Amino acid sequence: MKTCLVVDDSSVIRKVARRILEDLSFTILEAEDGQQALEKCQETMPDAILLDWNMPVMDGLEFLAQLRKLDGGDTPKVVFCTTENDVGHIARAIRAGANEYIMKPFDREIVEAKFQEVGLL
Amino acid sequence: MSPAEYDYLRQFLKSRSGLVLSNEKQYLIESRLLPVARKAGLQSIAALVAKLKEPRETTLAEAVVEAMTTNESFFYRDKTPFEHFTQMMMPELLKARASSKKIRIWCAAASTGQEPYTLAMCLKEMESKLAGWRIEILGTDISNEVLDRAKAGTYTQFEVQRGLPIQLLLKYFTQQGESWTISPQLRSMVQWKKFNLLESFASFGQFDIVFCRNVLIYFDQATKVDILGRISKIMAPDGYLVLGAAETVVGLTDAFKPAPDRRGLYVPAAAIAQPAPRFSALAAAARG
Repeated sequence: MKTCLVVDDSSVIRKVARRILEDLSFTILEAEDGQQALEKCQETMPDAILLDWNMPVMDGLEFLAQLRKLDGGDTPKVVFCTTENDVGHIARAIRAGANEYIMKPFDREIVEAKFQEVGLL
Repeated sequence: MSPAEYDYLRQFLKSRSGLVLSNEKQYLIESRLLPVARKAGLQSIAALVAKLKEPRETTLAEAVVEAMTTNESFFYRDKTPFEHFTQMMMPELLKARASSKKIRIWCAAASTGQEPYTLAMCLKEMESKLAGWRIEILGTDISNEVLDRAKAGTYTQFEVQRGLPIQLLLKYFTQQGESWTISPQLRSMVQWKKFNLLESFASFGQFDIVFCRNVLIYFDQATKVDILGRISKIMAPDGYLVLGAAETVVGLTDAFKPAPDRRGLYVPAAAIAQPAPRFSALAAAARG
């Protein structure tokens, strides 16, 4: 079973994402900010990371940069999932090594389509 | 809605569009046609039916057909057909049409345009091989409303996130708030025409590739057979027919045969009977 780390400071979003991804047969780990997420990744590298941008302590972009420097940090597929929906943000995320990008609000079909896109399904 | 009204609408839709509704689709009619009725100042399906029965009632009739035949579409829907397109159909046709340098593609149920635009993006991505080629994409649909949307090429944030890779969104679309519009260059690669599949294909000329996905499912057996037969007559003998993931020609027509190892892809039957270039080439490779 593949694991997905859901990183979002909103417990509601984490819950929604968890429900969708569990239906897609992922085991879910959660983190409330980039720092927590980084610690989880240092313990065990997940197969996928669903990543919010704006979070306290460490934001999504900073986390992504740190992740990709870690040992094995290039393996997880990272899908941003954020209200930041302008071309500038999307382009920065891709340059920083994100594999896909979801603009909130999202639904089940979008998560499924994007995870398919990066070969997780 | 009374059984008589339901029967009337079923008959009406069948004769106008070929759409076949089974016995228990009242909910579908109500959910799609009540908004149409209200827009026309009518309070119920009964009133809508009464109005449809008036002679020369064409505006409402068109609106009813459009509302019942419009279906959601996605970019890169099902993915595989577009892999077949770039990895097999186009390479084969680039060889076979080397002298005419012309390829014609028909999307027979283009809906809001995602399928023809996906083909346009596939072609754009292989642009370096297409210098000097003339590739036509014709998108047709029975509904004016969806064709207007297709022509505009503007999609919601939801629509551009279902199947379209993010890199292609950045590359080929521009953003206005929460909507995204496909580039003028890609828009210019597709021609649009309102067309009912029950009408004659005579004015279309010959196509090398026909995408006819997720539309035959709405027709009864006889109509499917008829449409497939008429498609086969306007296709190049070495052309390709692409059907939806849940559709097949098997048991419907002998005019097409499934392409070996390519799910959803069909070729004119004559191409298999005779040693057409692509199969003889494969055979030669296998022998070699």
